[in-house]
Amino acid sequence: MAREVQSEIQDPIIRVRDITVQFGATRVLDGLNLDVKRGEILGFVGPSGAGKSVLTRTIIGLVPKVAGSIEVFGVDLDASNSAERRGVERRWGVLFQQGALFSSLTVRQNIQFPMREYLRVSQRLMDEITLAKLTMVGLKPEVAERFPSELSGGMIKRVALARALSLDPDLVFLDEPTSGLDPIGAGDFDELVRTLQRTLGLTVFMVTHDLDSLYTACDRIAVLGNGKIIAAGSIADMQASQHPWLRQYFHGKRARAVMG
Amino acid sequence: MSGDPKLERIAKGNALALCATGTWTASFAPVLERMVADAEKLAGGSQSIFIDVSEVAKLDTFGAWLIERLRRSLTQGPVEAQIAGLSANYSSLVDEVRRVRAAPVIDGGAITISGMLEQIGRAVAGVGGTLAGLIDMLGAVLASAARVLIHPRSFRLTSTVHHMEQVCWRAVPIIVLITFLIGCIIAQQGIFHFRRFGADIFVVDMLGVLVLREIGVLLVAIMVAGRSGSAYTAELGSMKMREEIDALRTMGFDPIEVLVLPRMLALVLALPILAFLGAMAALYGGGLVAWLYGGVDPEAFLLRLRDAISIDHFIVGIVKAPVMAAVIGIVACVEGLAVQGSAESLGQHTTSSVVKGIFFVIVMDGVFAIFFASIGM
Repeated sequence: MAREVQSEIQDPIIRVRDITVQFGATRVLDGLNLDVKRGEILGFVGPSGAGKSVLTRTIIGLVPKVAGSIEVFGVDLDASNSAERRGVERRWGVLFQQGALFSSLTVRQNIQFPMREYLRVSQRLMDEITLAKLTMVGLKPEVAERFPSELSGGMIKRVALARALSLDPDLVFLDEPTSGLDPIGAGDFDELVRTLQRTLGLTVFMVTHDLDSLYTACDRIAVLGNGKIIAAGSIADMQASQHPWLRQYFHGKRARAVMG
Repeated sequence: MSGDPKLERIAKGNALALCATGTWTASFAPVLERMVADAEKLAGGSQSIFIDVSEVAKLDTFGAWLIERLRRSLTQGPVEAQIAGLSANYSSLVDEVRRVRAAPVIDGGAITISGMLEQIGRAVAGVGGTLAGLIDMLGAVLASAARVLIHPRSFRLTSTVHHMEQVCWRAVPIIVLITFLIGCIIAQQGIFHFRRFGADIFVVDMLGVLVLREIGVLLVAIMVAGRSGSAYTAELGSMKMREEIDALRTMGFDPIEVLVLPRMLALVLALPILAFLGAMAALYGGGLVAWLYGGVDPEAFLLRLRDAISIDHFIVGIVKAPVMAAVIGIVACVEGLAVQGSAESLGQHTTSSVVKGIFFVIVMDGVFAIFFASIGM
């Protein structure tokens, strides 16, 4: 995207300001600020139940917020009209934790679903693009005619990624993409995300628990704790941090094993 | 920064050179596809073929694939088409789509007459399987009931009480309301037509016999099949989909004993109670209409009712209730456990649970009518 306007490169692709989210009396996110830069892979970590998925869902607009503002692609999602919002939604793809494939549609129909809705494309081109997407996520063309219930866990994640990418989005949200995959499969998936980011010029917002993913796939890491971002930076910054949870996370037994 | 996409031929002797410009993205896909289809016809007889993409402002998978499609169809002859002027940004994307091997798309298959006949045949052949499945479930439920009788401690009282609350207590308002209205309607129609013969008072006989023997229990059973049978199927079906039933099995629990038996028991206890309440509500409604609309005052109504019906009518009605409940419960549980992985399958089985439940309830009612007629009740 070398020909993009310069200012757009400088501006963050997601700008989250003072977000507060509350469920009943529990405050999950409390005045949270976060920027995601264009073209980076941001790894988002934090203890279980800290609200990582809640933040993702708030940005996508599935969870209502009490206060704060969210800008994606420079569009304030609260101030936007429905046409602007649809424009933004067309430019992002979401990979849900469980895949969230439509169980009554085949893999091919799942991937073509957003295309049918947003594009006016011939059936032949849709079929060919579906094949291209399946190849990109490392699946065989035969998978296209299967139903989600006939797929393995790793395949479901890959098909869900292919569906998230079906409109060639500029931004993808991945909610724990490698959870439930074997280490080799998870490693492949990290590699895949990296490759796709390079090939398609994606910006990736990745919620993860996987230390391997943080080391191999992510450009930058943001850490969530007590409803706020407690640290953001490169993996080296994380290791240098004195925050107790970060010390435990990046210097624990598992982290040492990953670093070798 | 971006303009409408174009694909122009630059004449270069007997070499074919095509120059792509503008935005090659999904939004322009229909235009792009047409241009590529036109350009594909130009291949014939050229010595060398180039597609120059250096002027392309923006490229995504759709655009990259269409360029690749053009390259492939221009390469049909001995000359291989080349893509030239690819910027570093997009070279990996083009490489990526180059790996795609076109596979024939399998068609879903059109609807044919023979296909429809085949479906009908399969459905008819499946009837036997359905009956066998129901009998199978009946056997399994009775077996686990026997086990529970031998080891009473394995009985799930909490679960049973919970289901009793769901299917009995919470169903009372709607059941009472609907049967009350049906009682009103029967009485009104009866009075309206009997009045012509001066036989107003016989509406009490009709109401009493009809409500206690047939309508009360049948109507309540149909409502319970729609209300609780569907709930059972949906609950068990979604548990099946999320592998919860497999989880129970691996922990050494019998899903019939844990899930089906409490539900069946709750339904078998609930339906007689609901049928009784429904019959009372219908009689009350009928009595009210007979009084207000037909001028039969309550005392006369009760006197007539006492003469018209005997305890036999009531027994005939109430005896049917547990049997119908068992049929509804078995159908619902069989359908629930037959759900496959998809949301569509859950919907289909819930529908067929209600349809089959109501069908079997009516069939059972007919069987009971023949039986009671032949024993003279």
